[in-house]
Amino acid sequence: MTALRKNKQTTHEIELAGQLALLDLSGGLYLPAHDALLVADLHFEKGSSFARRGMMLPPYDTRETLSALADVVLRLNPRVVIALGDSFHDIGGPERLGDEERSTLGGVQAGRDWIWVTGNHDRILPESIGGQIVEEMALGSLTLRHEPAAGDQAEVAGHLHPVGKVVMRGRATRRRCFLTDGRRCIMPALGAYAGGLNACDAAFKPLFPNGFTAHLIGTERIFAIAKSMLCRD
Amino acid sequence: MSVSLLPRIFRDWFKSRGWKPREHQLQLLAKAKAGRSVLLVAPTGAGKTLAGFLPSLTELAEREAGRGTAKDKRGLHTLYISPLKALATDIARNLEAPVQEMGLPVRIETRTGDTPSHKRARQIERPPDILLTTPEQLALLLAHREAGELFQDLRRVVLDELHSLVTSKRGDLLSLGLARLMNLAPQATTVGLSATVREPDDLRRYLVPQGEQETALADLVVVKGGARPDIRMLELDERLPLAGHTASLSMPAIYELIKRHRTTLVFVNTRLQAEYTFQELWKLNDDGLAIALHHGSLDVAQRRRVEEAMAAGRLKAVVCTATLDLGIDWGDVDLVVNVGAPKGASRIMQRIGRSNHRMDEPSQAYLVPANRFEILECRAALDAVHEAAQDTPDARTGALDVLCQHILGMACGDPFRLEDLYEEVRSAAPYAALTWEDFEACVAFVATGGYALRAYERFAKIVKGNDGLWRVRDGKVAQQYRLNVGTIVEATMIKVRLGKASRARPGTVLPRGRILGEIEEYFAETLTPGDTFLFAGEVLRFEGIAEDEVLVTRAASGTDPMIPSYEGGKFPLSTFLAARVREILADPFEWDRLPPQMTEWLLQQRRRSIVPGPRDLLVETFPRGNRFYMTCFPFEGRLAHQTLGMLLTRRLERARLKPLGFVANDYGIAVYAAIDIAARAAREPGFMDELFSEDMLGDDLEDWLAESSLMKRTFRQCAVIAGLIERRFPGEQKTGRQVTISTDLVYDVLRKHEPDHVLLRAARADAATGLLDVRRLGMMLQRIRGRIIHKPLDRVSPLSVSVMLEIGRERVYSDNADEILAEAEAALLDEALA
Repeated sequence: MTALRKNKQTTHEIELAGQLALLDLSGGLYLPAHDALLVADLHFEKGSSFARRGMMLPPYDTRETLSALADVVLRLNPRVVIALGDSFHDIGGPERLGDEERSTLGGVQAGRDWIWVTGNHDRILPESIGGQIVEEMALGSLTLRHEPAAGDQAEVAGHLHPVGKVVMRGRATRRRCFLTDGRRCIMPALGAYAGGLNACDAAFKPLFPNGFTAHLIGTERIFAIAKSMLCRD
Repeated sequence: MSVSLLPRIFRDWFKSRGWKPREHQLQLLAKAKAGRSVLLVAPTGAGKTLAGFLPSLTELAEREAGRGTAKDKRGLHTLYISPLKALATDIARNLEAPVQEMGLPVRIETRTGDTPSHKRARQIERPPDILLTTPEQLALLLAHREAGELFQDLRRVVLDELHSLVTSKRGDLLSLGLARLMNLAPQATTVGLSATVREPDDLRRYLVPQGEQETALADLVVVKGGARPDIRMLELDERLPLAGHTASLSMPAIYELIKRHRTTLVFVNTRLQAEYTFQELWKLNDDGLAIALHHGSLDVAQRRRVEEAMAAGRLKAVVCTATLDLGIDWGDVDLVVNVGAPKGASRIMQRIGRSNHRMDEPSQAYLVPANRFEILECRAALDAVHEAAQDTPDARTGALDVLCQHILGMACGDPFRLEDLYEEVRSAAPYAALTWEDFEACVAFVATGGYALRAYERFAKIVKGNDGLWRVRDGKVAQQYRLNVGTIVEATMIKVRLGKASRARPGTVLPRGRILGEIEEYFAETLTPGDTFLFAGEVLRFEGIAEDEVLVTRAASGTDPMIPSYEGGKFPLSTFLAARVREILADPFEWDRLPPQMTEWLLQQRRRSIVPGPRDLLVETFPRGNRFYMTCFPFEGRLAHQTLGMLLTRRLERARLKPLGFVANDYGIAVYAAIDIAARAAREPGFMDELFSEDMLGDDLEDWLAESSLMKRTFRQCAVIAGLIERRFPGEQKTGRQVTISTDLVYDVLRKHEPDHVLLRAARADAATGLLDVRRLGMMLQRIRGRIIHKPLDRVSPLSVSVMLEIGRERVYSDNADEILAEAEAALLDEALA
């Protein structure tokens, strides 16, 4: 809509474990108190991973993901960027990364701290990829890890690729989303070929025993949608 | 034609049955003797199938007689291809009769998806004389390393229901298979069996290899139709509604017709109309007539039961959809009733042909309009039937995604030279105009995806050896091909299971009942618990989705289904009938031939607005409530109208008229906006011309295609057919998110980085005629240029009421995610403030 287009709202404020968090239209989460940008499930080189098995997906997914990443990093210019795991689709991913993409990544990393949290797809990351490699870490009151842990946790995690589906009067849309109950936040996947798991899936239930709000990423802004408004696939 | 063409044993057999060989049957024998390929055009009941097989049977009988030793290894003699596996099985059964009665030493077998693997292996090792199969199975056979040996002695290829095969991608696939067959067995001739079509030459080209320069044509044998069909419109005293597709007022009359006839086929256009009609007829069924239901979503076992009961003559009537348009002989049908819009002249004639399989008796049929526009359409169809006018679609240009699949298949067989395959492919009529560049692009796609960024060379699926020949990389790739062959990409279906209320926990429903059938996933997606809808002849209550199944319970009796359940018919109104409808509408002298209620309505329209000329586009604007409406009537079918509506709302948006939505049906569309469109048009002369100008098919279309869910669906089909991603099989569990890849994501990325990629070109070609019907919209915009008549009105006109009534009944179309999300977000706020 034209009206919306005029005031594109790239960020959306929420409170997370007592601190202010900005949900970004790119799928990133910014914590002003730490000047830190969190991104999850980049799945670089997923295309080439499929190609090895005979499915020749367009080899532009890494570029596409990088350009979205570069866009949000340059816009918010954080002191530190933390990638919450599954940054590469498989262990061979960093090696398959093209020269151009490697240098784009280098450019985005330059002048700031960069932390790779490892995930189930990229348990091992080469040092040459730049930055620090950790299994999980704390940032103030929050724990940052790839797979959400069991029980009541103040944490930010990825791994599950949540998407929310909304049907209004026969019109449906399915969008990537942040899920949060104010203590925990599950981030959407940023990767161009990273699919999604419906927020109504049973996998989310134990993480949010008291329910959650889904923040769906629209075209022009982020929308806060009640769990009761979400549909299954 | 002399009967002497027929060997003695055949002549005796005909005589023993009290039959005489028909002229066209002898003609086909003569053609076969002369080594000619031939198209046989004949109405149902003309003995088409026997005509197609007689040359093979006589040849096989004679071959047997002339042979010294029985030990010669013999290859496949005749290959029969049908669009339906049920038809192949049926024909095999029918052929066995003459073969056994004459004691011919002829082995007839079928090969379908159901054929066990040991039998398949044996069929290649020791082929039967006659093999009956489908286009997909032919593709698989040709991808076999032994294909050359299997087909080298082939004499004849019989293509059944050719008119129906050639209109789809399956026809493209078959044409490529045929081209390969003709290379393996240059001595073979083809026979196409077809219903009457508009352009027989299209089919004649299809049957023979096309040369470099000149077009080659198969010979043509036409059997004139027998008695003129006795077809009429069902007229009622009551007034038909202005919109709607249920024909509820006509049900008692239809019931009476069923009662008065031996066996009636009641055709409807959609599954949900079938459900409704079936239910209404049973409400009237005080006589307990055996009336059954048949449509594609019903459980297979249930469909088979209906088919068997029908063949055995145990049914009084079957309510059915296009699933029964083709094929199998239904025995004693003496009446066809077509409920709703006829959509096309040829289509309605083929349906009528289902009654009276003896061609010398007239077929009896009734057309039943469900609303006033359909009266016009029925009138136009009756005229067309009367003149025997045909409106079958144009010949296809071979799809590139199908070619990709074929190339991979060929690489699984014998290694090939690129130039040779190119020549062979171009000998198939749909691909006769294929450029070398497109061909190369397809080969590159099959090998590595064909991307400008050559990232996947080392993973190539087909490779060129040092001998210059292309072959498949390894057995795994060949296996992948075999699992994904075919061009039918079904909408994802989800099973419907009847649930039982839990005794232990009142209010919960357990998935303990039987499976009722399947519905499209996208329909299930729009249901919320408590919704009621018609399915399998009952009103069902949607309870939820449990483990990939839709769980339902029976609704209390007397419940009216809540869900507006008319899914748009698959077939848009044919261009030909649309033109006829516009002509009838435009010519008051024609109105005399319409029922009085129709004439009255048109006279009112003339008083309150105008009735447009046959080439004009009437645009009406009027205020209503606090909205401003614009309606127009292009008569181009709902698919083209949906696309038009999407593009018009974009333009109105840009013109800051705040469009709120639109609805479309087969005849026209209604757009509604928050700002007065008529006032703008009054201020700016030429506004309407601008709004409807053809350049909407430029940037506006491109913009919309970027996010259109219909376009993404189209792309997905191409991606599956071309082999970019693997098919999901029914019954297979939904796999984890890492294994599957969403084609929507691939579409977004590809469109951005390589907008001219061969797969996107294939998808755009499909969009021109498929779900978006862009080509037809383009023709319409051209037709109405300078002929737009804008009529500002104070209130809705009689004509516009019909499309206005779709509001609330039809879905409102929008691909704008943010609008939907904003609405959902607001719903939360409302709840909080309530």
